[in-house]
Amino acid sequence: MLSLFTKSSEKSDLLLLALFAVVVFAMPIWLAPFGAAYPDLMQRFAIYGIFATGFNILFGLTGYLSFGHAAFLGVGSYTAVWTFKLLGMNPIPAIIAAIIVAGLFALLIGFISLRRSGIYFSILTLAFAQMCYNLAYSVLTPITNGETGLRVLRDDLRLFDAPTVGDGGPLLSHIGGIEMTGMPGFYFAAVLLVIMVGLAMRIFRSPFGMMLKAVKTNQTRLNYTGVNTRPYTLAAFVISGMYAGLAGALLCVIDPLAGAERMQWTASGEVVLMTILGGVGTIIGPILGAALIKYFENIFSAFNDQTLNDIFSFLPDQLQEGFVSVTSLFVGEGWNLSLGILFVIIVVFLPGGVTEGLNRIGRFGLRRLGIGHKSKNEDETSPAPGE
Amino acid sequence: MDAILLQVLNGLDKGAAYALIALGLTLIFGTLGVVNFAHGALFMLGAFCAVTINKVLTLQKVVLSQTETTAWGTPLEIRTPLAQEWFGDLGLTIIDFSVPISILAAIPVMLLIGVVMERGLIRYFYKRPHAEQILVTFGLAIVLQEIIKAFFGANPIQQNAPEMLQGAIDFGALFGNPGALVYPLWRMVYLAFSVIVILSVFAFLQFTTFGMVVRAGMADRETVGLLGIDIDRRFTIVFGIAAVVAGTAGVMYTPILPPDYHMGMDFLVLSFVVVVVGGMGSLGGAVSAGFLLGILQSFASMSEIRDLLAKVGIIGLDQIIIYLIAIVILLVRPRGLMGRKGVME
Amino acid sequence: MGILEVRDVNKNFGGLKALHNVNLDVQEGSVHAIIGPNGAGKSTLLNCFIGRLTPDTGSVMFNGSTLLGLKPHEINQAGVVRVFQTPEIFSELSLLENVMIPAFAKRDGAFKLNAFSDVARHGEIREKAMHMLEEVGLANDRDKTSSSMSRGDKRRLELAMCLVQDPVLLLLDEPTAGMSRADTNATIDLLKKIGGRGVTKIVIEHDMHVVFSLADRISVLAQGTVIVEDIPSKIKGNEKVQEAYLGGAHL
Repeated sequence: MLSLFTKSSEKSDLLLLALFAVVVFAMPIWLAPFGAAYPDLMQRFAIYGIFATGFNILFGLTGYLSFGHAAFLGVGSYTAVWTFKLLGMNPIPAIIAAIIVAGLFALLIGFISLRRSGIYFSILTLAFAQMCYNLAYSVLTPITNGETGLRVLRDDLRLFDAPTVGDGGPLLSHIGGIEMTGMPGFYFAAVLLVIMVGLAMRIFRSPFGMMLKAVKTNQTRLNYTGVNTRPYTLAAFVISGMYAGLAGALLCVIDPLAGAERMQWTASGEVVLMTILGGVGTIIGPILGAALIKYFENIFSAFNDQTLNDIFSFLPDQLQEGFVSVTSLFVGEGWNLSLGILFVIIVVFLPGGVTEGLNRIGRFGLRRLGIGHKSKNEDETSPAPGE
Repeated sequence: MDAILLQVLNGLDKGAAYALIALGLTLIFGTLGVVNFAHGALFMLGAFCAVTINKVLTLQKVVLSQTETTAWGTPLEIRTPLAQEWFGDLGLTIIDFSVPISILAAIPVMLLIGVVMERGLIRYFYKRPHAEQILVTFGLAIVLQEIIKAFFGANPIQQNAPEMLQGAIDFGALFGNPGALVYPLWRMVYLAFSVIVILSVFAFLQFTTFGMVVRAGMADRETVGLLGIDIDRRFTIVFGIAAVVAGTAGVMYTPILPPDYHMGMDFLVLSFVVVVVGGMGSLGGAVSAGFLLGILQSFASMSEIRDLLAKVGIIGLDQIIIYLIAIVILLVRPRGLMGRKGVME
Repeated sequence: MGILEVRDVNKNFGGLKALHNVNLDVQEGSVHAIIGPNGAGKSTLLNCFIGRLTPDTGSVMFNGSTLLGLKPHEINQAGVVRVFQTPEIFSELSLLENVMIPAFAKRDGAFKLNAFSDVARHGEIREKAMHMLEEVGLANDRDKTSSSMSRGDKRRLELAMCLVQDPVLLLLDEPTAGMSRADTNATIDLLKKIGGRGVTKIVIEHDMHVVFSLADRISVLAQGTVIVEDIPSKIKGNEKVQEAYLGGAHL
């Protein structure tokens, strides 16, 4: 079934997108049994889904592995908060400004980083992201408010809505009086997720997308085919930077606060993990990966020694203590450790990600059931266009 | 003049750390063709070897005093380090020299860690795409630093240099201007240590058969493999050596910078920049770029220059100077200062 | 006047004279073979045409303008298309996509941000690519990926990729190297078939069978210089050539 998502035929695109939209908008219903149907978490699913989808346009199509994409997320966040501060709490201008500014940043960083490919490119993007982090954390404190983080204040200019927001209410982003928190916040992010995924699908199926896949397969050949690869990779880099900028802005729409930690290398690594966990080069994979990581982050972080003691209370005291102290390494504060281990395991055992894993299981199941005839099997095994 | 000299000296010790990490990085991807994102973690692990040794050495025996009491009326606890109890004054000296002593422990430990890492994980990635090599070592880096965080906490742990090395050298006195150029003794030790390590690595590569094979492997890995030389075993040893270099560099750096769990990644990013600036695959490039960038960073943090820059509205240049220089160099010389064509492309 | 004019090209690698005063005129519509023993400078010369190497002195003029200093994609856009010694294809893409990409490059130039229109909307490109695949006999495999094909099939695909761009000058670097006899003959037939369309070709080749079946004119390169240039029948009997290239043996 998942190959439905990875292998798109031209007519089914719209249908798939509609299906995807239904699934996304119905999240509050079908996520309830998993205990994940609360707005705060679903907002993050949608936002990081956008982030990972954009990252996948670069990494999945061209094979250029950027290790500094969190920089654009951070730039988007800062731009959004500044737009709030200057223009008012409407999310639309903030989003547009964030996309533009993140795109300009990506243009600058991409122009330099894309002079090299492969490992060099990864290192350069990592270095740039670290530089942006340093800039945000200390050098540009007047703009970013350093380690405290940037937030909207009551006495900010807010050209268009300063008078309308009373002195009492919280400073939240809103459209037409609907505050972008809770469920409205989720639906706002969800609509954008569907739009951005639709755009990504178009890009995957366009001549531009085909050129990007050719870059990944054989860049030398493409050069001798009369294609100037540099502007293609740069365009992909800028587009994916804009996706990240949008995601960064959305983080501030639901909570108008921007901090430098959003740009740290761990954040850049997280989006890489989301993408490979879900399945590089597939449309749905990165979104799935983003949701899985955010879901487990949420669950794992919620544990503390108390809850662990409860879980292992059926064991004899000595054992209970041991189990608790071992597992507590991996949960709560130790979530990053689990993340790192997951990282290694996925790369070692399942470089194709979850979508490939499910496809494998699906094929295996079909064969066991005797449904998969030879021809059908072949059809299923042929790599999806995006892979 | 003295101020300039002082900044050069200041930059040298940081530069030495960059150079040592970059040296290992270059060795590893020159021979193994793997970019080791966990290399900073090896530096960090070395530093925590020193922390562990120090903890072990300072294990204390607690005795409740029979006669003296504290202000609260409870018996006073008399704490004696076990080392002192067993060895007397020699024990105290051992504790005092915990950092240099840690080197002795760090060499076998780091060698073991390096070999286990290479045999257990890295070697399965020689033929995998670069992206996957980067990702798996990156994941490993996270795991290692989180383990350290779980055991040692998130706060930096201060380590002291031996007392006799804690002073400062007054270079100014040599030029008849006492006090103008005072430089901490331990930094001199660190500098000497790194020069020795760098020279021994170069000598090892230059004058031993093993080193010759490694150099040949860096020039043309495939051919050396075809010659029927057991490349695999040598890869393991190279990785071990690189781990030891990074680890001992970490040990010796602890008195200069109290180690914390994320120091590895901080140094790794800058060491990568060093490697890129020096030219991928060039050992000489890595070392000289390390020192060069360390010195430049130290100049940018000079108070005179900071004040000057602040007047024209630039603050905190020292935080990003390395990146800016890297950008300029890459725009002018895309292969880095000493990069060869076709390495890692 | 030829479509490609090479004048007094010299190229040294350190002390080694790889090319020494090479002159060459390739007539429009002809098949011009460059032969010579190993190390004669054939590949160096070809690399000078496509911008991978720059000669120390001399000029390479194509259709009245220089090729020197141009980037690979600019040379291709000028109409000089290259077939590699080992077939270079996009192995993870389908055969059809492999041929559509050069067709797009021909129509849209070196860069066009065509990011939101479906590939399927570009029907004329698809048809052109399909037509080309039919011509090289790979139309039935259009949706397969090209990684598992035989070397002969890869060569045919690469030829399709080059020919779909309607090249003015086609550079073939040992087009049958490493091929079976059957594949070699099939390739010769293919090259003859498209030879009728007036595409100028430069063939660098070891295999005399291929050279004499295809070429209208042959330049013999030895130790970096052109020692003879003539029609195939005269080359066969030329003593200089036999001495330099064939070691005295008769063909």
